[in-house]
Amino acid sequence: MGTNAGTGHIDARYVADLARIELTDAEAARYNAQLNAILTYVEQLQEPDVTGIEPTAHAMPLANVLREDAARPSLDRAPVIKNAPADVDGIYVKVPAVIEGEES
Amino acid sequence: MQYEAVIGLEVHCQVKTQSKMFCGCANRFGAEPNTLTCPVCLGYPGSLPVANAEAVRKIVAAGLMCGCTISKFSKFDRKNYFYPDMPKNYQITQFDLPFCLGGQIPVGGKGFSGQPLPEKKIGITRIHMEEDVAKLTHLGKASAVDYNRAGVPLMEIVSEPDMRTPDEAYAYLTALKQVLEYAGISECDMEKGQMRCDVNVSVRPLGRAEFGTKIEIKNLNSFRSVHRSLCHEIPRQIEAVEAGEKLRQETRRWDDALGVTIVMRVKEHAHDYRYFPEPDLMPVTHTDEQIEKIRATLPEVPFVRRDRFVTEYGITPYDAHVLTLEKPLADYYEAAARGSANPKQVANWIITELLRVLGERGLTIRECPVTPAHMAELAGLVGGGTITGSVAKSTVFPAMLESGRAPSEIVKEKGLEQVNDDSAIEGFVTQAIAANPKAVEEYRAGKAASIQFLVGQVMKLSRGKANPQAALPLLKKQLDAG
Repeated sequence: MGTNAGTGHIDARYVADLARIELTDAEAARYNAQLNAILTYVEQLQEPDVTGIEPTAHAMPLANVLREDAARPSLDRAPVIKNAPADVDGIYVKVPAVIEGEES
Repeated sequence: MQYEAVIGLEVHCQVKTQSKMFCGCANRFGAEPNTLTCPVCLGYPGSLPVANAEAVRKIVAAGLMCGCTISKFSKFDRKNYFYPDMPKNYQITQFDLPFCLGGQIPVGGKGFSGQPLPEKKIGITRIHMEEDVAKLTHLGKASAVDYNRAGVPLMEIVSEPDMRTPDEAYAYLTALKQVLEYAGISECDMEKGQMRCDVNVSVRPLGRAEFGTKIEIKNLNSFRSVHRSLCHEIPRQIEAVEAGEKLRQETRRWDDALGVTIVMRVKEHAHDYRYFPEPDLMPVTHTDEQIEKIRATLPEVPFVRRDRFVTEYGITPYDAHVLTLEKPLADYYEAAARGSANPKQVANWIITELLRVLGERGLTIRECPVTPAHMAELAGLVGGGTITGSVAKSTVFPAMLESGRAPSEIVKEKGLEQVNDDSAIEGFVTQAIAANPKAVEEYRAGKAASIQFLVGQVMKLSRGKANPQAALPLLKKQLDAG
């Protein structure tokens, strides 16, 4: 996750780029140090011996939490659109034009 | 040097459900923009997704129809990216443990271009669940977003790079659509965006094992545009390679009006989507018993049914192909053919007469005014010699279409039984000879073909009811005697 392959360290500039955030050189240096300190802290998790332990993404041994396929009423449009920063005629959410392919 | 293309397809298909994948908003096309949303599909903080059991069941069903192995243990993952079509800034998908792995779909018969296709099986790498994204309309400096589609259950079907020609790609898409429609998994309407397709294509010298540089084509809105884009892109790549150009891995956009592919973006490095397991959703497990229970609800796979029609009813592979294109038509044929003494004639009647009339009237087979039993009865009346094929076509079948009544009733009421009785036919023969002296003269002068004209006249005089096989010797007898 945002680490530079092989080094085990975070490149704050790369992470910022993925998150569409601009950083000054000073910010990049400060976050680099902070993020790497956090990573070093989390790396303690590498220490325990986990041989034979099934990897899991959840603390609870639960599976198949599903719901029946039934539709229920949705929200009214007016309050939904009101929550958006901008709109088109009260019908659409308006966002700055982003042409796929140019954003990355 | 000879080159070959290597083609793989990624197909996205909406799953037919009542509600969205992770919330209870309706899964419905054509609603007023932004009227099918809720805190879950709008990604409001604190809202939590709950997976739709029916969507999971249908994706597993799709896998079973395509011969996939169903994973005993699957999970959901987050794919992180920044684009306003997903209000959460991530899409829930499946990364390393999808529902379905490793299937295949056979293709063959006649290709879209009219050339015969080699019989082969196109491998399916995986089928995984995703949530669909919002629809963006670009308005110059801004874009308008409609979130109705965001969160609709979607499956991505990834093929192996097994296709070599545009015809094979077209045939694979057609077969896949047929399978999904058969099992009621998706309506696959490309115009409604329910089925979408991205193409990966590269070229290599014939006989080389390594792949060439892969180029992705997007913006393909129909099977036809997939075919056209490949017909354009493959020669373009070959030409570039021949000219010594080094191809880059890139995404190109198909321009349907211009009929060309245009560079959209160059992939310098793979997208970093930072996938991680979705913490808000628990894994899904399937036991053998559950998988078999789903399998038991599925219809016969179309290509299996096609082959069975050939062996069971003795019809040609081409007729079987036509009759199994859509499940309702295959069901109709089977209902008529089963128990009929004339399954081949039933197929002929449906393909040449019924489908033509339905096409002219813009009706589907479900709206057909003629029941399968009546269709079988009509073929039986002709096959058994009760009526002539000519009367069946000109009088009985049109009357069945109009009234929906049984053909035997119509035949009885209108007195259309075939006339086999020589004395009755002789009367028509005498009339035909008297009314056509010129043809009689020609026949006697040695022009044997003229007798066929006279048979036609007998048929006409009898309003199609005379048995032509009986009329011929009677005509000969009278002509030769006179």
